[in-house]
Amino acid sequence: MTVDWVLAADPEQLLPARQQMAFTLGFHIILVPFGVAFTFLMLIANYRGLKRGDDTALLLARRWSQVAAVLFAVGAVSGTVLSFELGLLWPGLMGTYGAAFGIPFAIEGLFFFIEAIFVAIYIYGWERMKPWPHFWTGVPVVLSGIGGTSSVVAANAWMNQPDGFTMRNGEVVDVRPMDVLLNDAFGYEALHMLLAAYMVAGFTVAGVYAVGMLRGRRDRYHRLGLLIPLTVAAIATPMQIVVGDVAAREVFHNEPAKFAAIEALYETDTHVPEVLGGYYADDDVHYGVHIPWGASILSGYVPSTEIRGLEEVPTEVRPTDRAVTIVHLSFDVMVGIGMALLGLSAWFGWSWWRRRDLPRSKWFLRATAVSGVAAIVAMEAGWVVTEVGRQPWTVVGHLLTRDAVTTEGNIWLLYTATLVLYTAVGAATLYVLGLMRRRWRAADDPTVPYGPSAVGEERT
Amino acid sequence: MSTFAAVVLFLGVVAYAVLGGADYGAGFWDLTAGGARRGREPRHLIDETLAPVWEANHVWLIFCLVMLWTGFPEAFAAITTTLYVPLGLAALGIVVRGSGFAFRKVVVRTDQQRVTGAAFATSSVITPFFLGTVAGGIASGRVPTGGSGDPVTSWVNPTSLLGGVLAVGVCAFVAAVFLTAEAWRRPVPAAELERRKIADLGRWFRRRAQLSALVTGAIALAGIAILRADSPRLFDGLVSRGLPFVLVSEVCGLAALILLGRAAPRVLQGLAVTAAGTVVVGWGVAQYPYVLGTHLTIAEAAAPPPTLWALTIVAAVALAVVVPALGLLFSLQQRGQLESH
Repeated sequence: MTVDWVLAADPEQLLPARQQMAFTLGFHIILVPFGVAFTFLMLIANYRGLKRGDDTALLLARRWSQVAAVLFAVGAVSGTVLSFELGLLWPGLMGTYGAAFGIPFAIEGLFFFIEAIFVAIYIYGWERMKPWPHFWTGVPVVLSGIGGTSSVVAANAWMNQPDGFTMRNGEVVDVRPMDVLLNDAFGYEALHMLLAAYMVAGFTVAGVYAVGMLRGRRDRYHRLGLLIPLTVAAIATPMQIVVGDVAAREVFHNEPAKFAAIEALYETDTHVPEVLGGYYADDDVHYGVHIPWGASILSGYVPSTEIRGLEEVPTEVRPTDRAVTIVHLSFDVMVGIGMALLGLSAWFGWSWWRRRDLPRSKWFLRATAVSGVAAIVAMEAGWVVTEVGRQPWTVVGHLLTRDAVTTEGNIWLLYTATLVLYTAVGAATLYVLGLMRRRWRAADDPTVPYGPSAVGEERT
Repeated sequence: MSTFAAVVLFLGVVAYAVLGGADYGAGFWDLTAGGARRGREPRHLIDETLAPVWEANHVWLIFCLVMLWTGFPEAFAAITTTLYVPLGLAALGIVVRGSGFAFRKVVVRTDQQRVTGAAFATSSVITPFFLGTVAGGIASGRVPTGGSGDPVTSWVNPTSLLGGVLAVGVCAFVAAVFLTAEAWRRPVPAAELERRKIADLGRWFRRRAQLSALVTGAIALAGIAILRADSPRLFDGLVSRGLPFVLVSEVCGLAALILLGRAAPRVLQGLAVTAAGTVVVGWGVAQYPYVLGTHLTIAEAAAPPPTLWALTIVAAVALAVVVPALGLLFSLQQRGQLESH
């Protein structure tokens, strides 16, 4: 059988290497929104505080900047590990394609420099710098976050739709940097990730204050802490639905194998139903909910739209049944959560438009409280769709993942060490954030000259 | 063209060795500062000094990795398939170090500070050691062009171990000089000193700067014999083309040692940075025109010209944007505009 053939050809390092990459990337990606988008929320609060003399907003901005400091540090080091891993786990990718694949990363390096520099100035400048210059040092952070994320996603998009290089005798001989950067998948992938980052940061932060309000802390501080991030998330969500729709149709046109996996479709056909849930085995989806003609209409607007199935993918590069199931279900999870968050955003928007107030139902706060975790799950699911959906390719049409993987060392060992270490770091991060929250709650004197002093003052 | 890319890459290595190195060295002094009570003041100063700058200094490492895999992909793959043990350990060390440092700033209880601080400090010593062994493995020609060199002897060998120990020593020295200057810049009130029963913090670090200068100097001297026996071709490069840089390094290190406590902090910092930087430059010059040992040349390993052009543009933008921004960060830090509390 095909599956056995593919598995038999896999080097033993492939499984642990893929798991290690998936785990570390999945860990890092949760921190990305807090470097990229959380800083934007922080600046909104800072701006509002300065413009209107709003001390509550300033207090929020200051505290958010301290949370950002912790998360940025963990994000920076976990991101560094990824650059080590690109070489340690995937020398076949870096050695052969580094000349093309590396260019977006070089640009990302620039943005990361700017981000790290101004994050530091902003976070540590609260007490000694003048308020408005201090505020402006936060602006490069937000801009370089957008630029850096776009550059990294450009590299990922290039793996999905490689462009801008010529191969001769297994070597990259010519590179067109602009084509590498602005590959066909770049635009929508970058927008999709940026909006995801703003949604994750917005819903997560709003969720924290929603929990506080559910516990009876309904002061202005909590209200503002919920309103600022939720407004940003509620604006980003409908945009995300539109971009996601465009992205899916682009995948339909340019990455037929991935699209077939998303739809779990074996036979090329017209009038294809949209199948929700279920699992893929023996060339068919089992136990799914079928919506007649759904997939065809969504991808080409008419029921007669033909969708190419997995049968058209040569057997030796066809994804395994399990991979198809994972991609299919992840897509459902991503879209399902996206729709739920759209509903929450609409609920909030409607209430604000009618009454300039939050919805009165307790269920609104409950929904907001879990929206952050939901948004994180959706973002992870989205990455699973694009990464697993590309398999067995690392660079589609050029490099198989099994040829990219290293043959050196015992990766299970490295993987185990990473699992243990990251679990500890993850737990410690949550613990430290909880510690900060408790300390702030205990502080009864929030009055300050410009920004309040907070974390660490007990130390001296 | 390829030489230019190599120079840019190598400048990144020098910047990381000096700036990142000073941060690692601060971790070394943190580790050796003694118990919670005795080490409180030095640790506090280290915390204050490092917090605003360590992330920016850390980016140089990412810059180097990216320049290497984009500009010289073949060499990058050869290095990672050979030296994966020290590289993997350094990567884990970087995670422990960064998160340990960030967490220590937040936790208040002594036992928690001890755990997070130990994580930060220990990995601050381990990480530069492993990165030093990587440099030694590359310099001594133990990374074959096609990669997959010996996973053990490529970094467990006299040159690599010398590289590791020297890296830790140089980091400790530079950090001690910087922290001496910082301690003088931020005087603790006499009453406070009395209350906490501590000596002058500046003197505390100055003694350590002198000690580390002597120890590192001794290791470097011993290193000459080691290199001569273990890596004759690298040794030849160091005593011919690399010699001026090695000498400058020796002179600056010696001058810093003598002038500690007498000269202005800025002069001392300059001497320490030059001493550390020229060692690394000496290595680069000795190895030129090779990326790996003395067998894979820069030109052979280089990416196609358009990629190198793209990197050149990135480097130019970095020069125009990143360097002034870094300057702003450091000057704000030096003027005491960045305080965590």
